[in-house]
This record gives sequence, C-alpha cells and structure tokens, in this order.
Amino acid sequence: MSTTVEPAPAPAPPRPKLRRRRTDGRLRGILGRLVELVLVLLVVSFGTFALVSLMDVDPAVSILGEGYAAEDYEKVREELGLNDPMIVRYFDWLGGALTGDLGQSVVPPYHDVVDRILAALPVSVELAALGMGMALLFSIPLAMWSAYHAGGRIDRFVSAGTFAVLSLPSFLVGLLVILVFSNTLGWFPRAEWSRLSEGLGDNLYHAFLPALTIALAETAMFTRILRNDLIGTLQEDFILAAKAKGMGTVHVLFSDALRPSSFSLITLMGISLGRLIGSTVIVEYLFALPGMGTLVIGAANTGDYVTVQGTVLVIAVIYVVTNALIDLSYGYLDPRVRRSHV
Amino acid sequence: MTQSTAQVHPAQAPVTDQPMLVVDDLRTVIQTARGPLKAVDGVSLILRKGEALGIVGESGSGKSVLGRTIMGLHRTEGPITVTGKVLLDGIDVQALERKQLTELWGSKVGMVFQDPLTALNPVKKVGVHLTETVRKHRGLNRAQARERALELLDLVGIPDSRRRIDQYPHELSGGMRQRVVIAMALANEPELLIADEPTTALDVTVQRQILDLLDRLRAELGMALILISHNLGVVAGRTDRVAVMYAGRVVETADARSLFTQPHHPYAEALLAAIPDLDEPPHLRLAAIDGSPPDMSAPPPGCRFAPRCRYAQDDCVAVAPVLDGPGGHLFACHHPVNAGSLPDERGER
Ligand SMILES: Nc1ncnc2c1ncn2[C@@H]1O[C@H](COP(=O)(O)OP(=O)(O)O)[C@@H](O)[C@H]1O
Ligand SMILES: [Mg+2]
Repeated sequence: MSTTVEPAPAPAPPRPKLRRRRTDGRLRGILGRLVELVLVLLVVSFGTFALVSLMDVDPAVSILGEGYAAEDYEKVREELGLNDPMIVRYFDWLGGALTGDLGQSVVPPYHDVVDRILAALPVSVELAALGMGMALLFSIPLAMWSAYHAGGRIDRFVSAGTFAVLSLPSFLVGLLVILVFSNTLGWFPRAEWSRLSEGLGDNLYHAFLPALTIALAETAMFTRILRNDLIGTLQEDFILAAKAKGMGTVHVLFSDALRPSSFSLITLMGISLGRLIGSTVIVEYLFALPGMGTLVIGAANTGDYVTVQGTVLVIAVIYVVTNALIDLSYGYLDPRVRRSHV
Repeated sequence: MTQSTAQVHPAQAPVTDQPMLVVDDLRTVIQTARGPLKAVDGVSLILRKGEALGIVGESGSGKSVLGRTIMGLHRTEGPITVTGKVLLDGIDVQALERKQLTELWGSKVGMVFQDPLTALNPVKKVGVHLTETVRKHRGLNRAQARERALELLDLVGIPDSRRRIDQYPHELSGGMRQRVVIAMALANEPELLIADEPTTALDVTVQRQILDLLDRLRAELGMALILISHNLGVVAGRTDRVAVMYAGRVVETADARSLFTQPHHPYAEALLAAIPDLDEPPHLRLAAIDGSPPDMSAPPPGCRFAPRCRYAQDDCVAVAPVLDGPGGHLFACHHPVNAGSLPDERGER
C-alpha cells in the first residue's frame, strides 16, 4: 500500500465553471465515440461486401443455372451491376442498406433479404439472450459460492466442473442435452420452433433446450472469470468494512462485491452476445431452428450472395453496437470512469 | 493468565462494573503456504467501559489481526484458528454464530480502517455506506436512514453534507473519506470502537484533525476506544492505557503516564525514542531500532526481541520472560530498563 501524502487540495474553482467544462468534456467524449462507431461500421460493411468476392461463386451463374447463353450472361451481369467498379457497387449496396433495402435473394423463390432476416433474427436474438440470461442466472451464484470458499472443496468441484464443460465441443453438449431432456426424459421437444407471436409459454417451452445448450458453455466461462475477479474483490478493505458494520454475507456478495468484480464478465458477455447471434449455427442445426445461422449457411450453399451479404452485415452491426454499449456500461460499473470522458 | 489480567486493574474494576472487553490468552494462528503463523500469540487485555486503550508496535506485530480477532472478523474465510477468550460486554465472541456476529458488528463494536482510499466501496455513494448499516441495525426506513446519514456527516465534521451525501468516495479528499469511514463505524453508536491505524495513510495536517475528532466523539458518545498505531506518539495523550506489542505478544502494558515516563521493556523504550514527529512523513523506518521484527512463522526462542535488544544476555535467548510486574505496570523482560523505580527483586541489571 503506498502511503498517500495527499497534495494540499487545490483551491476549488468556482463551481458553475467546473460543471460546464465537465459536461463539455463528456459530450465531446460521446461525440468522439459516435464518430468512431460510424467509422468501424463503414469498415465492417465494406469488409462484408468484399467478402463476396472471396466466395467462389459467380452470381450470374447462380441466377442463370447451367447451360446459359453468353448474351444472357452478359445481360444479367449488367443488370446486377456486376460490371461496375467494386467501389460503385459497394456504395449502391450501402445506400440500399441504409434505407432498409438489402436487395433480393438471387435464387428462387427470390425473397426480399430484409424479410428473411426479419424472420430469422428474432429466433437468434432470443436464443442468444435466453442463453445469456440463463448463463448469468447459473454463473453468478456459482461464482460467488466458489469465490467465497476459495480453495475449498466447493471451489475445486466448481472449477473441475466448469473445466469439463468447456472442454466439450458444443455439438456434443447439445447432443447430450437432447439425449437427456428430449429423448430419455421426454420433457422438451426437439426440431420444433414456436414463434413468440404464438404465445410466450409455448415459445419459451421450445426455446428452452437450445438456450440451455448455449448457456452451459457460457456458464462455465462466466463462472470462471467472475470467480477470479470476485476473489480479488473479496480481499479488499471495503469488503471487510462492510462486514464490520454488520452487513450479512449475501448483502456483501451481491451489493458490495459483485459490481466491482464484473468488468471482465461484462466484456466477455458483450463478446459472447455479439458472437452468439451468428454462431448459434450448431445449435440451430441440431435443433433445426430457423435462425440467422441456418439462414446464412443455406444462402452460402446455394450461392445466394445477396442474402449472405445482408445477413453478415446485420450480425456485424449487432456485434459492434453491442460492444459499444458494453463500453458505456463501464461508467455505470465504476463511477470513476465517468469522469475520464468515457 | 486470567489471574495476571485481573491485576491489570486491581483497584479500578469493581465486581459489578462489567468490563467492556476481556481478552484472555488469545491466540490466532493463520495457516499460510509456509506453515502456521502465530499472528497473535497469547494476548490478554481488559478494557473498561468508556476507556481508551492504545495498542502500539511495529508493522507486522499482530495489531490488526488482534483487532479483527476481538471482533471475530477475519479477512478471509480461510483456515484461521483462534483459541483463548474474548468477552465483549460479557458476550463470548468465539461462541457466536455468524449471524449473531453480524448483529454485533456495527452495533456494539465498530471498526475504523487504515486506508480510507480502500475502505469505501468505489461504486457506492457516500450516503449508501451510512444508510445501509442504520437500516440493518435500527430498522429505519429510507427517509429516516437518510436523515441519520446527514446527522452522521455533520457529527464527523463534513461540511456541506447535503451535497456530499450523494457523491462517490473518489470525489472526496483522503481526510474527508476517513471521516466517512468513522461515521460508518459510529452509525449505530457502538460501545467499543476499534481504530486500526486510522491516520497512518493520511497527510500529517489531517492526521491530527482525525485524532482530535476521534477524541471528541469518544467523549461525546461515551464509548470505549482501542487505538492501534505503529507510532507511540499517536496514542500519547489520547489513551488511558497502552499495550506495546511485539511479534504477536504484549511485551509491556501500563497506564499511559507510567509507560511514557518509565518504560521498562527495552522495546518500549526504543519505540518511545523513535516517536516520529507528527510533522514527518509517516512510515519512516523507526530510527532507534536496528533490524526488523522476526518471521512470525518461525519466531526466535526465548524473548522474541532478544536478537535486536542491546541489553540482551544469555538468559534472554534461553527463557521467554513472562508478562508481570507491580501495580498494573506489566512487562515481559528479564533485564528491564528504568529499573530504579521497581521493587528490588526485579531491579537487577
Ligand atoms: N490473511 C493473512 N494471511 C497470512 N498472513 C497474515 C494474514 N494476516 C496477517 N498475517 C501476518 O500476521 C502478522 C501480523 O499481521 P498484522 O496484524 O497485520 O500486523 P500489524 O497490524 O501489527 O502491522 C504478519 O506477519 C502478517 O504477515
Ligand atoms: Mg496493521
């Protein structure tokens, strides 16, 4: 502990002035953030667009099918704007995207891409959110229990258990979950989906197993990271001080220890949430669910590059925006961050 | 051991007057990677209601562990063994369940910590630190608790309490934060306050203000105080009795005047000579004592101070001296200093 020889407090400047400067600073901070966000989104969208040129498909061929005439081929390419320079095509596409038009699927039945995304996105978002929620519900008490008895039997058991779950590939976890809850116990259905519009209860009933599959791996990760941070926090003087003024263990853990310990957890959650929306592929596949993962895989398999572009763009935007929100939440977690212009 | 502690206040403690605190042969053993560490090794104390006791010793002598053991509060839930007895206003602290202990903490006994920068939760507003404890112990509602919090901020001399109450700890200076920590400990008017190096981390000019504040509050609230410091100068003039600790043991204890004028243990003498000026930066190495305190997981045999003691003789290393002495001035030394004031049989040098 360093001995703090406090510098004599500087004479306080007149308050209103101080206030204004602070607000200006914060505003400038947020504006800077927004500019940064827009730039990142531009780069991401360009990357998404350029991705298609890496795909080994000729969109015109996808549309025409085998055995086309050469002049048809040229006509289609012209119509699609494929002969324009890439940068022109990009801005065409971006302009459309900004007005909510991601084009039409190039394979039958030529659905509007936005419509397909709007149908698939809620499924993935719900799975990711439910999986996340479940993971938090499991991992917070588990991490607290473990950290509170750090080094003890409970802690070692939790540590071994989470390690085991982490070392299992997620398709195996999914298969096990299906085997136990669906095949053996018969509690939950498989390969069915019920939209939220068809009633919350039914929807949750169908979402439970896939969400659980997602939650298991996330729980293991969250538990380990939160436990480590909690152990550090529990050594702090303010925890001792809270105990010394009579606050009970549960209060100390939830009210005093959790928030200062959750920086890594929040960061990890942001990464997971963004990632999960696109990468529930395996879970969607196992449970045959009509989400973003299924959509993008299907589109890629049929050479439907417009759908791939649109889907990937939406996933990327969600990822970037989620992480920006996470950054902002640090200010809530630690008031000291608020001053430093976020 | 109970016998010898009874001698601490032969005349002062009438049978009917229940002492605030009785500590009898207290031992705290912490399991560390390097084996068991006897952080407190046979300490006995008595503190009457409203009395102030200073506990002084170099860093690492076990003062903080003693303070926490008295409360039954430990830094970790890990392997710590406590033997001996702590009676807090007649309540056997060792025998209490965790839940009963939390009832006691913050209501009967409060604690002030060394570093106000770390003793407050950075994500909680000043007011919350105060309201949560009064709501728990006094069952106040939100509005009442807030009133009480404002009252407490006024009590500890924080100006502009209505604004301060909604600020975060980092918006306050170190001295102000320590006032908040004190307010937190006093929120439910405990009968005993344990202040563990309450000013060590503070700027010298602020140190005196905080000590004066503690003094004033003790008088106003009529509570007993244990003032822990590595600096005898801090407890001088602010405590009725002083116990000097070395390597987990009390090596000398007496009423303050007697200890300051006639220290008998060479370690107490050295500490006295080493009182830093309150205007010096804190934590300077004690100039008058060479060497450093022993490794507590393997303390030296005999008198633990012997390796650093300039009066040490063969018997010091061979036999550990017991804490004893005439008229409530106890010391653990075979060859005491200022021996002239002692009755003959211990006065040989
Ligand atoms: N939680 C702990 N784990 C291991 N050793 C500890 C722990 N707490 C205290 N100690 C050891 O106990 C001894 C006494 O420490 P402490 O009471 O903090 O000393 P003081 O307050 O007098 O400076 C020191 O040797 C210290 O290293
Ligand atoms: Mg200490």
